[in-house]
Amino acid sequence: MEVHPEAGKEGKPSCALVELQGDSSLQVEISDAVSERDKVKFTVQTKSCLPHFAQTEFSVVRQHEEFIWLHDAYVENEEYAGLIIPPAPPRPDFEASREKLQKLGEGDSSVTREEFAKMKQELEAEYLAIFKKTVAMHEVFLQRLAAHPTLRRDHNFFVFLEYGQDLSVRGKNRKELLGGFLRNIVKSADEALITGVSGLKEVDDFFEHERTFLLEYHTRIRDACLRADRVMRSHKCLADDYIPISAALSSLGSQEVNQLRTSFLKLAELFERLRKLEGRVASDEDLKLSDMLRYYMRDSQAAKDLLYRRLRALADYENANKALDKARTRNREVRPAESHQQLCCQRFERLSDSAKQELMDFKSRRVSSFRKNLIELAELELKHAKASTLILRNTLVALKGEP
Amino acid sequence: MAAEREPPPLGDGKPTDFEELEDGEDLFTSTVSTLESSPSSPEPASLPAEDISANSNGPKPTEVVLDDDREDLFAEATEEVSLDSPEREPILSSEPSPAVTPVTPTTLIAPRIESKSMSAPVIFDRSREEIEEEANGDIFDIEIGVSDPEKVGDGMNAYMAYRVTTKTSLSMFSKSEFSVKRRFSDFLGLHSKLASKYLHVGYIVPPAPEKSIVGMTKVKVGKEDSSSTEFVEKRRAALERYLQRTVKHPTLLQDPDLRQFLESSELPRAVNTQALSGAGILRMVNKAADAVNKMTIKMNESDAWFEEKQQQFENLDQQLRKLHASVEALVCHRKELSANTAAFAKSAAMLGNSEDHTALSRALSQLAEVEEKIDQLHQEQAFADFYMFSELLSDYIRLIAAVKGVFDHRMKCWQKWEDAQITLLKKREAEAKIMVANKPDKIQQAKNEIREWEAKVQQGEREFEQISKTIRKEVGRFEKERVKDFKTVIIKYLESLVQTQQQLIKYWEAFLPEAKAIA
Repeated sequence: MEVHPEAGKEGKPSCALVELQGDSSLQVEISDAVSERDKVKFTVQTKSCLPHFAQTEFSVVRQHEEFIWLHDAYVENEEYAGLIIPPAPPRPDFEASREKLQKLGEGDSSVTREEFAKMKQELEAEYLAIFKKTVAMHEVFLQRLAAHPTLRRDHNFFVFLEYGQDLSVRGKNRKELLGGFLRNIVKSADEALITGVSGLKEVDDFFEHERTFLLEYHTRIRDACLRADRVMRSHKCLADDYIPISAALSSLGSQEVNQLRTSFLKLAELFERLRKLEGRVASDEDLKLSDMLRYYMRDSQAAKDLLYRRLRALADYENANKALDKARTRNREVRPAESHQQLCCQRFERLSDSAKQELMDFKSRRVSSFRKNLIELAELELKHAKASTLILRNTLVALKGEP
Repeated sequence: MAAEREPPPLGDGKPTDFEELEDGEDLFTSTVSTLESSPSSPEPASLPAEDISANSNGPKPTEVVLDDDREDLFAEATEEVSLDSPEREPILSSEPSPAVTPVTPTTLIAPRIESKSMSAPVIFDRSREEIEEEANGDIFDIEIGVSDPEKVGDGMNAYMAYRVTTKTSLSMFSKSEFSVKRRFSDFLGLHSKLASKYLHVGYIVPPAPEKSIVGMTKVKVGKEDSSSTEFVEKRRAALERYLQRTVKHPTLLQDPDLRQFLESSELPRAVNTQALSGAGILRMVNKAADAVNKMTIKMNESDAWFEEKQQQFENLDQQLRKLHASVEALVCHRKELSANTAAFAKSAAMLGNSEDHTALSRALSQLAEVEEKIDQLHQEQAFADFYMFSELLSDYIRLIAAVKGVFDHRMKCWQKWEDAQITLLKKREAEAKIMVANKPDKIQQAKNEIREWEAKVQQGEREFEQISKTIRKEVGRFEKERVKDFKTVIIKYLESLVQTQQQLIKYWEAFLPEAKAIA
């Protein structure tokens, strides 16, 4: 199925999830996307006056795996250990939506043609919404990279943006899969570090606070995200329920010969309009609440990863100190021990400095994003409630008015 | 389709001090029969009868309606009297008084006028005192409430007692306000009595709420959880609607059993309503037999009105069932939405607690509060969905089953008449044979039998005509009630939806400044 997002978006990045203060020297956006059977092809368009690039405006086509490759490249790069790496976009998943469309196609004879058309419309809208979301997620990933003063200068990033051929990273080979597995083991060790089980002493109040904060925050935001998803799905369910109700009221109305005829038909119309409004409430809650919570769940995980790296550096530093002491007491290989300890110390301090800045940026990013989305959520809820009230009142007037 | 027609008022001598009409209950649950499918030319604009409870348009139109309803009310009352007697000779079978030209009831042409003229003289003959009484301001006004469910007893012998309160200005009751305690089986017993008296002569007796062994067992066992309180509330509301519908029926209202149910402090226990009692089993067997009979009765329908109506009710039944199923799904999902919103509210509160930016933390706590209030809102709306919309539909699904039952009784009545005619024919043939064979002693017996069966045929015809007439009137009344009922409930339901939306507006308007305050 070919689906294209609206071409020609407004100049500034339209993603509400992250307020980006990038300058215009590097602008990245996903100008087009095509959904094929089992993959999505994103057209990544770059506009830049930076001397590094051959042209000022150029596009390449990328698939999801190439985004993941880019993300992993950043994570594994020691240079960026002190930075929050923007979370990788989630894999495009149309499975559920496709299944539902298929089930609808297989048909349920008790459903009228009108109902069928409406349900199909709903599912297609759902498919489109998922598609738009995945485009937005991939786009915001690139845009955060482009906005970050350090990350934007990465060589792999340039390759990703400019290299015309595909990057041959599709499908993780066995070595990479194993790598992924090992990475998870390391993660659990990190968990031990960060939860203080390992006995590592935190020296800095700021980071102590951040550690406790992020641990709790991440768990709770994940919870909130899951539950917001459920609320959104319930709203959707409710909206879908109005379809058969409206259809039944229509048939009732057309069969009646008395005053109930107009009443039922008006009611059928009302439920059809309420359905659309309810559907909009659901999708707005999805975008402004669920998606925001989901993004910051991932971002807070990225922040946690940063803390892990810093703690690892601290652990290395402490070990280097111990090794130096041992070397000094034995008076053997003191020089290498000294230089190693120096390196660890510098690395740790470098990480701590940049981590501090990153975490403060994370906080302000989070606060402004929540603010924007909560305001928009409230305004949209109000808009829909007012619209519902209006159509309900109009119907009531019509029903009460007739003899 | 012809619109409902209100006939012009008969007789101008009626006092018109019926101002108090407008308030409260449905006064003229119309005994006016309307013929929806008259082949005659369409009438001029119909007088709105439904205005009575909805609003107070000028008194003129309602007064007109009043008069006719008044007369029909008494027609019912007088028929009521006859129904108590074992023979059940309808009064109308007596010679019509000289002012009326007898018209056979089976013709469709100007049937309204015919029924009016048949009943008018009866009223004047029989119920002048009653008219006088009514004219003194005794209006058809009665209000029933079912409340205060109370558990009586313990264990498996426990039951719920409900308070039945009646407020009325009708003179047939000794007091104007009184209440009694009744249990569920009492209601079933009442219905059973009314059904046995009125169903088979064509009256649509409102069905009682259904039994629920599971529901009641939970209550008996003493589970104090929300599902058993919900069950009791559902039942209480259903019992109230049941009684309200029953008293709205002018004929049933006159019934002494109904009065006893409403008034007397002690009521003999209705044991025949127990599911597995002997009477219960007998009922089941009868129902099965009825089903078989219905399939084998092949009636020559001379009256297209009945065929059309039956089809109409069949369609209505199907559509209502479909709608009811969809509304039940709506109720279920709204409850889910409520539960999910509550869960989200909690996690939003937790998130707010964790958040270390003060203003954002505050805003998140406010969001949690808003969501909690919204959860309450969804719950209340789910109740409205259920008690107003869903229960209305299920009530009418059961009412239509009663209507279908009444049509079936008419068929059985016809069958009885048919059978009598066939038997008469056989007796006549037998007599002819005896005449030929010349057996004088048997002739007298044969002649007696012929006379007997002639009378039976006549009675069969009368009963069939009576039940047909009653059904026409009942269906007219039923349809009027249905329209009023649905309109009232739909309006109430929409108002509940408006309420919900307005509350939502309030909550989000209160939240918006909090969100904007995040700095």
